[in-house]
Amino acid sequence: MPEEKKEIINSLKDTGFYKPGKIYDPGYIIAGIVIFIILAALPFLYNAGKAAKMPEPKLDTPEILQLSEAERVCVLPKQEMRENHMVLLNEWRDQVVREGNREYTGYTGKKYTVSLQNTCMECHSNYDEFCNECHRYTVQTPVCWNCHLQKPKEWAR
Amino acid sequence: MKTVDEKTVTMNRRKFLEITGVSTIVGLLGGWGLVELLAPGELEATYLPKKEALVAKRWAMLIDMKKITEQSAKKCITVCHRIHNVPDVGDPKREIKWIWLEHFANAFPGDEHEHMPERIEEERFFVMCNHCDNPPCVRVCPTKATWQRGDGIIMMDQHRCIGCRYCMAACPFGARGFNWGDYRFLIKDRNPEYPTREKGVVEKCNFCAERLAKGRIPACVEESEGAMVFGDLMDSQSELRKIMREQYTIRRKPYLGTNPQVYYMV
Repeated sequence: MPEEKKEIINSLKDTGFYKPGKIYDPGYIIAGIVIFIILAALPFLYNAGKAAKMPEPKLDTPEILQLSEAERVCVLPKQEMRENHMVLLNEWRDQVVREGNREYTGYTGKKYTVSLQNTCMECHSNYDEFCNECHRYTVQTPVCWNCHLQKPKEWAR
Repeated sequence: MKTVDEKTVTMNRRKFLEITGVSTIVGLLGGWGLVELLAPGELEATYLPKKEALVAKRWAMLIDMKKITEQSAKKCITVCHRIHNVPDVGDPKREIKWIWLEHFANAFPGDEHEHMPERIEEERFFVMCNHCDNPPCVRVCPTKATWQRGDGIIMMDQHRCIGCRYCMAACPFGARGFNWGDYRFLIKDRNPEYPTREKGVVEKCNFCAERLAKGRIPACVEESEGAMVFGDLMDSQSELRKIMREQYTIRRKPYLGTNPQVYYMV
């Protein structure tokens, strides 16, 4: 340690206010740290052992149930729809609005009208139990429904 | 006499034939690959227009004001607004309308005078978006939310509209309306087959593009019982052109140079 620094520390010690290794007001400080740790851990403690329920999008609408087992397919395979339905919907939007292409050939070769309201929601008529089930879990709020109508609940209005 | 030195010849006939044979097969495979690559693939064929869709080079409309009455016009308006989920806002400052009625002096300013037939002076004209050939609304749109299709229809993409209302300022016909708030609750009976609009977007008549795609003429034309004609302006054999050859037709504010494509017979 340089001589000058030693001198400064010694002069501070002489004043009686500087005591190396001493915690000033230990009661307040320790209590503060404990309160902070409790507050920070509270959300974790509160939710401990309570894992959020896995979403289970329901596929049991009357429209789907009345289809035969072979007909019960979507426009793309299940896994692909799960992962990329939002990409497909954007593609559908651009194709209909911009290109005027309103016919889509699914992976099974079946032809579909390109429409969220009239094709998707025709089978998946349970917006809340199907779309919203996963969107709630992943905290997604897609803006589709600001304009598009959810069949058939709103239909009845 | 020179003899062939076995060591200098690197390839015999057998080897040569083998290599050419294999090369030919490889070449053919490669060529086939190229054919596959350039052929119209699955991607292009996935999206297609519907077979029954009505197509034209230039859609246009003709309105025969001699055949249309205010009452029948109102019927057309009701049908249009119902199928397109157009809210009835009421307040004229904020109203949204796809088709509406306008007095002659307002619809055709400059053409009016004091000695017109009473019918024209009294009766209100049936007006809508003119789907101009030189659309000022399209030119000012900063997001390309409104654009002109190949067949002349001025389309509106509400997904892209940012609500700047430049198009409303640019349109000399007042054909566009703005959703100042969420007006969806004002729609009395919603058409489940057509979307609604959210707060902050502009909307207007789309010449029933969604109906044309399904092979149906615009709803107002269907409802007007012959007072309106919809057709291809580029097809000289179309009913529209046949009438226009025989009758004198006028357009709204042609002097502004927007080249409106809704024609009137008065």
